[in-house]
Amino acid sequence: MSFLAFFEQLAESSWSVALLESEIAYSLIESFHVWSLCLFFGMTVMFDLRLLGWTMRGVPVSEVIRRLQPWTIAGFVMMVISGTLLFYAIPLRSYQNIFFRGKMLLLVLAGLNVLIFHSRVFPGIATWDADAAPPRTARIAGALSLLLWIGIVFSGRMIAYNWFDCDRQPQPAIINFLTSCAPTESEQ
Amino acid sequence: MDLLPFFQWCYQTPVGEAIRNSTWLFPVIEAFHLLGLGLTAGAVLIVDMRLLGVGLSKQPVAQIWSSTRPWFLGGLTLMFTSGPLLFLSESIKCYYSFAFWVKMTALFLVLLFTFTVRRRVMQMHLTSPPPQLGRITALISLGLWFGVAWGGRWIGFS
Repeated sequence: MSFLAFFEQLAESSWSVALLESEIAYSLIESFHVWSLCLFFGMTVMFDLRLLGWTMRGVPVSEVIRRLQPWTIAGFVMMVISGTLLFYAIPLRSYQNIFFRGKMLLLVLAGLNVLIFHSRVFPGIATWDADAAPPRTARIAGALSLLLWIGIVFSGRMIAYNWFDCDRQPQPAIINFLTSCAPTESEQ
Repeated sequence: MDLLPFFQWCYQTPVGEAIRNSTWLFPVIEAFHLLGLGLTAGAVLIVDMRLLGVGLSKQPVAQIWSSTRPWFLGGLTLMFTSGPLLFLSESIKCYYSFAFWVKMTALFLVLLFTFTVRRRVMQMHLTSPPPQLGRITALISLGLWFGVAWGGRWIGFS
């Protein structure tokens, strides 16, 4: 089964419809998503700024990681749970939304950045742990993370807008390609 | 005192009108507002968590506070630039929104608290304030910020 068919089916499931139609539940989940963002994005930004040597210069980087990581992970789990529920309420439209797709791509890149940091940069931390400004590789990882998460917040906020939605034709061919929209003859 | 005429005047300003008539201006400013929220939250949380004895609990409060402060002020600046722009474009809706008034009240209180009591607590000792006082300060600060974020998100739903 294709993603499209799967999400079409999901959109028609009773739980998905109920979630979308329950204004209170949907609004609460969305608020929860924003509170989680404060925790997760807040912690991530502060850590990235430390990697860049722009804040808490007197605190060893390993100390910042060790102390903030549990909170960052908790925030991330809260984001994923609430985000999945928000997606579940509007699966088909989100799947075909260009900003949603951009956000997912940036999320994968942010994940890769974390993996690279932990496999390549972190093992050598002992030599620069207490430095006010970490070496260039660490600063690059911090800058990339910061930029990617800013992009993720930005595209996440834009999912709410329907400028490039499938039901708003005509759209440039490149948009329809990127959103897997197949407008009918009359719409083109 | 009725503030409605003031809100109507805000609504009619050229800036408010330009944002309203643009497809993408409001969403983009809103996104910057959200990024400002995240940055502010990070800087506030690091300090308040420290006061609660979690997170960076080995460092002196004064050190954490002073080194994250520029970012706190930066986040506030971002929000105080983008927020009024959003407000101008939909000030009449805000006037009738309960969430808006909750947010403004909480915002006023939290800024007052942050720049008076909380600041004094931070500067009380060279290292850290008494734990009990720190905890109460952090809880008040976090509670009020929570109200600001809640009200802010809920303006969009009304």
